[in-house]
Amino acid sequence: MSTLAPPAAAQLSKEEILRYSRHLIMPEVGMDGQLKLKQAKVLLIGTGGLGAPLGMYLAAAGIGRIGLVDFDVVDYTNLQRQVIHGTSDVGRKKLDSAADTMREINPHIDIDKHEVALSSENALGILKDYDIVIDGTDNFPTRYLVNDACILLGKVNVYGSIFRFEGQSTVFGYPGGPCYRCLYPEPPPPGLVPSCAEGGVLGILPGVVGLIQATEAVKLILGKGEPLIGRLLLYDALNMRFRELRLRKNPVCPICGDNRTIHQLIDYHQFCGIPQHEPAPESGVSENEIEVTALKAKMDRGEKFVLVDVREPHEYQICKMPNSVLIPLGDVAKRVNELNSADEIYVHCKSGMRSAKACDFLRQSGFKKVKNVKGGILAWSDKVDPSVPKY
Amino acid sequence: MAKVLIPTPLRQYVDKKDSVDVTGSTVGEVLTSLTTQYPDLRKNLYTDEGKLRSFVNIYVNDEDIRYMSKDATSVAEADTVTIVPSIAGGF
Repeated sequence: MSTLAPPAAAQLSKEEILRYSRHLIMPEVGMDGQLKLKQAKVLLIGTGGLGAPLGMYLAAAGIGRIGLVDFDVVDYTNLQRQVIHGTSDVGRKKLDSAADTMREINPHIDIDKHEVALSSENALGILKDYDIVIDGTDNFPTRYLVNDACILLGKVNVYGSIFRFEGQSTVFGYPGGPCYRCLYPEPPPPGLVPSCAEGGVLGILPGVVGLIQATEAVKLILGKGEPLIGRLLLYDALNMRFRELRLRKNPVCPICGDNRTIHQLIDYHQFCGIPQHEPAPESGVSENEIEVTALKAKMDRGEKFVLVDVREPHEYQICKMPNSVLIPLGDVAKRVNELNSADEIYVHCKSGMRSAKACDFLRQSGFKKVKNVKGGILAWSDKVDPSVPKY
Repeated sequence: MAKVLIPTPLRQYVDKKDSVDVTGSTVGEVLTSLTTQYPDLRKNLYTDEGKLRSFVNIYVNDEDIRYMSKDATSVAEADTVTIVPSIAGGF
């Protein structure tokens, strides 16, 4: 990986001067600023919702070297927001799709493709070659990993996160400024805060938040303006409101405080309460589960049972299984009296996670004949009725 | 009455409202009024031991109560209390 080239070596070609004309004629950028952008090395972690606008605009702005970290493949559910990928990219590696789009926008930049899941083993080696790290990941373990790696290496971390209609952005790891652990010392326990995959996200939202991150990165490189250091920007798209909260450096922060206790990367899955090695999905069914094919066979035989759908009403509108009763997971406790423990009860959701929780609750409430429909309505669509849409 | 701004992930516990007006002259009192009115919110804000969860930050206007007087931070009529939980989405 290259090191920072001496400023004297950098210059713009005739083509680049024409391309960056609108930058060159503004005093805040000018030739000096454009050369700073050209020499800058920025790492984007994730080429998803936030990474898409980041990659496209930073490429267009002329950031000389952009590293991309991703190991995922483009699927149809990405296209509602990940505008760096197109319909014909479905099935391709996100890295390839993103790099192609960025090269089409600007062939004068270098792109590094890091096809890995960022981990405690590889993070320092990847991050060390860049000046600025931009966090566009979608899970707590990686966010703490990125934070800690940036602090250990002395890198600035431009942070953004999104949920449904809300976004947060700030700049962590600037000398003297706060870090992610100063804002949130600990992650939420698993299951308490839903991800975008579970909770949904307005497709436009990552565009806005990603471009706030891109703006901050460009400002930091140019050394212009007032970066979001020590300020947490909150964006509420539904009410179209921006707010700013004071973000202080925590003097007793375990990684950026005066007496740090964290000197190397830790096990972030363990830190976030997620088992490091997920048990491999069992091929068979447990005694508390039923396969969708077995459920279908029971329906065909006309057996008597109650099928409970614990998804949300808006999911029920998208698709449903025959003769199911809708009781959203959050309502199961207060509507438990609608169910009869004498009945045979099968519970399903989208993929089987929420219905497993509902089954646990029902068993604790004295229901003996309750089983989870393995794989949920997605499995039903795959194995029983392909006309049921997947979402 | 102080206004408490409720973030999207917690609105499901407060009848889908984005803000709730509650009485109280300190942050502790305001949050007690709030969680008395909406008991389902309680486990999302506090641990079983009654401690404010460490991934939930509370601000009075634009200041984090951890750097003021925590639960005892005073709240005036015109103040806004904001609950800001950790969110991780990016994809």
